[in-house]
Amino acid sequence: MKPLREKAKILDEEGVRRVLTRIAHEIVEKNGGTGHLALIGIRTRGVPLAERIRKMIAAFENKELPMGTLDITLYRDDLELISPQPIVKRTDIPFNIQDKVVVLVDDVLFTGRTVRAAMDELIDFGRPREIQLAVLIDRGHREFPIRADYVGKNVPTSRKEIVHVELKEEDGVDGVTIEEPVEP
Amino acid sequence: MLNRKDLLGLEDLTKEEIVTILDTASSFKEVLERPIRKVPALRGKTVVNLFFEPSTRTRISFEMAEKRLSADTISFSQTGSSVSKGETLKDTAKNIEAMEIDAIVIRHSESGAPHFLARNLDSVVINAGDGSHEHPTQGLLDLLTVREKKGNLAGLKMVIIGDIAHSRVARSDIWGFTKLGADVSICGPSTMIPAEVEKFGVRVHTRIEEALEGVDVVNVLRIQLERQGQPLFPSVREYAKLFGIDGEKLKRAKSDCIVMHPGPINRGVEIDNEVADGAHSVILGQVTNGVAVRMAVLYLLVGKSAPFLPLEEGEKDH
Repeated sequence: MKPLREKAKILDEEGVRRVLTRIAHEIVEKNGGTGHLALIGIRTRGVPLAERIRKMIAAFENKELPMGTLDITLYRDDLELISPQPIVKRTDIPFNIQDKVVVLVDDVLFTGRTVRAAMDELIDFGRPREIQLAVLIDRGHREFPIRADYVGKNVPTSRKEIVHVELKEEDGVDGVTIEEPVEP
Repeated sequence: MLNRKDLLGLEDLTKEEIVTILDTASSFKEVLERPIRKVPALRGKTVVNLFFEPSTRTRISFEMAEKRLSADTISFSQTGSSVSKGETLKDTAKNIEAMEIDAIVIRHSESGAPHFLARNLDSVVINAGDGSHEHPTQGLLDLLTVREKKGNLAGLKMVIIGDIAHSRVARSDIWGFTKLGADVSICGPSTMIPAEVEKFGVRVHTRIEEALEGVDVVNVLRIQLERQGQPLFPSVREYAKLFGIDGEKLKRAKSDCIVMHPGPINRGVEIDNEVADGAHSVILGQVTNGVAVRMAVLYLLVGKSAPFLPLEEGEKDH
């Protein structure tokens, strides 16, 4: 793989905080409160994002939403494309999703294949009343008819570029950058 | 990473490969607790179970693991097959492979039968027990069970009791547990201890009281009464008295020791009811872990059998 260089800084720490705060408010507003709501983060970076949104909603609505994590490795339709042997991690949904409005949370929405796999997996756990999708970045290039209900930032990209999301819980810092391959 | 086509034994696996399988199996345990205990990871793959020897739990365990991963499965037993018409193992396997399958799980009374198939087939070959050689998935489920109960395996004291010489479980356990740093000893009548077994890095005891002293893990092997045409001990009663594990003998082990048994149990022979069903027993947990371990092995070996296509420049998973 060619070396990459930073093309643009999309969000810094303050920017990440601001868009997550807006998403948290939008989730409560769209659903008319917190009744029936549950958050499920898609591994890896969707999990800390869902946890932050949960804390924000708890702070201004005084309600702790149920939260789970989803590992979609076993549901991808292109496992061999991602890596020769993806590591399977645990899915953990410690509540009944029946009749819940489940908000899936992920860092980047790109082809839509991860979200399709997440929905496939989720409905094996029961029948949620509704599934909504929240993403930090929508970079386009969808291969499936999937759109997000809550988007932190729409970022037009070329397919060659990489959206690099860093979160304190995983990477020690918060920030989103676009990187592009260095042409010789 | 598991960089190999087949799983033939624990002898040739690295410590890292064993840990990868155990970690993957731990994740699969969660799948077994879901409302729908099935994932699509091996959809479209076909696995054939060739059991040339009677088996209940290993065969059901493999079939269940295959179905939990959405693979298509076909099971074969020697009775009523062309093998009874004199077809060779190689011809049987080659013909099955010609039907476009992805993996063969084989149990055979001859040591080395899975190795022979692995050399002759392009399909993945998984050893489900060969003669008195190895039973790798049993060894892996034993490792997973002990790791769950005790955390780290390094430094744990384990004793394997019974017919070590004829036990494929003992052999796989010795390779697996010593590779992960456990201190393994074996115990049984001297007629059941293989020659020069110390070369495998284990200590040998012939007195059970000595063998059980301060151990964390007791693995009791099944006495194969059906193979006692030429008994290796004077009487079943004597074996039970000298080597059978009861509550009294177990007092010598650590107070939080765990007791394992690969099954099926001869109650009152190698193990007493009070121990088999008692607080130290993890025997049924081993059976549950067997499905998770076999799912992990199948996923890691069969799941990657499609050709690997590298990512396009800059393409990212989302």
